[in-house]
Amino acid sequence: MNGNFTIPKFKLPDFIASLGQKLPQWPHALVLVGALNAALKMKLLPESELAMLEDKLFRVRVLDTGGEASYTYRNGLFRPVFRPEREPDLAFAANLSAFLQLLARQEDPDTLFFNRELEITGDTELGLIVKNMLDAVEWPKLPRLPLASN
Amino acid sequence: MQFGMAILPRLIFRSLPMSSLPDLVCPAGSLPALKAAVDNGADTVYLGYKNDTNARNFAGLNFDAKTMAEGIRYAHAKGREVLMAINTFPQAGRTADWHAAVDGAVDQGVDAIILADIGLLDYATRKHPQQRLHLSVQGSATSYEAINFCQREFGIRRAVLPRVLTLAQVEHVIKNTTVEIEVFGFGSLCVMNEGRCWLSSYACGESPNTVGACSPAKYVKWDKKPGTMETRLNGILIDRFGDDEPAGYPTLCKGRFEVQGETYYALEEPTSLNVLELLPDIIKIGVRAIKVEGRQRSPTYVAQVTRTLRAALDAARDSAERFHVKPAWQAELAKVSEGSQATLGAYNRPWR
Ligand code: SF4
Repeated sequence: MNGNFTIPKFKLPDFIASLGQKLPQWPHALVLVGALNAALKMKLLPESELAMLEDKLFRVRVLDTGGEASYTYRNGLFRPVFRPEREPDLAFAANLSAFLQLLARQEDPDTLFFNRELEITGDTELGLIVKNMLDAVEWPKLPRLPLASN
Repeated sequence: MQFGMAILPRLIFRSLPMSSLPDLVCPAGSLPALKAAVDNGADTVYLGYKNDTNARNFAGLNFDAKTMAEGIRYAHAKGREVLMAINTFPQAGRTADWHAAVDGAVDQGVDAIILADIGLLDYATRKHPQQRLHLSVQGSATSYEAINFCQREFGIRRAVLPRVLTLAQVEHVIKNTTVEIEVFGFGSLCVMNEGRCWLSSYACGESPNTVGACSPAKYVKWDKKPGTMETRLNGILIDRFGDDEPAGYPTLCKGRFEVQGETYYALEEPTSLNVLELLPDIIKIGVRAIKVEGRQRSPTYVAQVTRTLRAALDAARDSAERFHVKPAWQAELAKVSEGSQATLGAYNRPWR
């Protein structure tokens, strides 16, 4: 848990956010969905909780890059949704550093939420299911943080 | 990892008979959280089943039979204890579910079961007379009379005291019982009414004692508007935060209400209990175990809090006189606290 590598809290300058909004959104969605499906393949996500995600629309918004990705879970796979036609069932918004800290298990989602660094809106129970599902995953030891190496 | 070495001298010390350092009892809502607790120096972890037999019955949280067996194996392999919380009250017509949970805990080989309901205590002691039993905080025993009653009738070996007592009162209880006493050391505060609070039922018809969760998520709505965030529990507005204000859990007890023309946290501020400053006193009066709240939190929180309290306890053991709270410990605990602030709670209140 307490490796030498820690992700500092940072916020990218605003102009990057405005740049991000002009870029096509699909790469974000594809990367995210690819990662989730990889976790599925490794059977890291529990079946009982996955069933509760069926057909729900999720949105992840990275505030300081302006990036955003929508996806859903259907028939055993996560799928990107490029042009969502409705409000998401569950939406997360945070700066990039907060998301990285979460992924690296360096900060706790409740901590970030209490400190107002992570925004969760929509179906609160769904949010809890997703949070607890990710908390319960035993990520393989190596590579610990693929994001850190590139 | 480095924890291996950190723990070694402690184990050697703990094996000395004169050791009286309280056990550090840490929460586990998932297998990674359990491992985080063990790896960061918890003496004991507590956990519960994925159902309403425990008071943290949240979607996706807790253990099924398989993960529980694995968790128990992991903890026991490193010489730590595992406690199972079955700390809700059996609901009418469904007593068998709670009995099954007790039987399951015994089969799993947990070191103790934490119970709140008198009927369940009775069941457990008759059916499994060898099983070690603890009285849960939800049992709401605040006097040594109540604790000694449970010892006489059900043979409880430890009682977890509600967070309503001053340190002097805790000491008074300890002096008058042979039951081990466990107190809360860190975590979100559930105001002063453990086992008796029905605020959540008032708002949404469900409370910890009935469904195993306070303010269940399906009733909670976080509403983000420009400049503010509103929290509603089953439609009732609980709080409204400005963008730079820290937030808390969406419970009625931590809402802001208008009372006689003034709007404020009328019951309790969003805050966490933190007893670091009192550790030498807690050790001195003979508290047997210190409990950390938070089975609903992530493995990261468990690691951060366990590591910090371990360091503080070890420092207090090495020298009670020279013990001082390191700013780094306070900073770490403040960061993960609800509302980003901490209190000594009732322990140092002048009134009782
Ligand atoms: S409303 Fe507050 S005091 Fe009551 S059970 Fe919930 S957290 Fe505890």
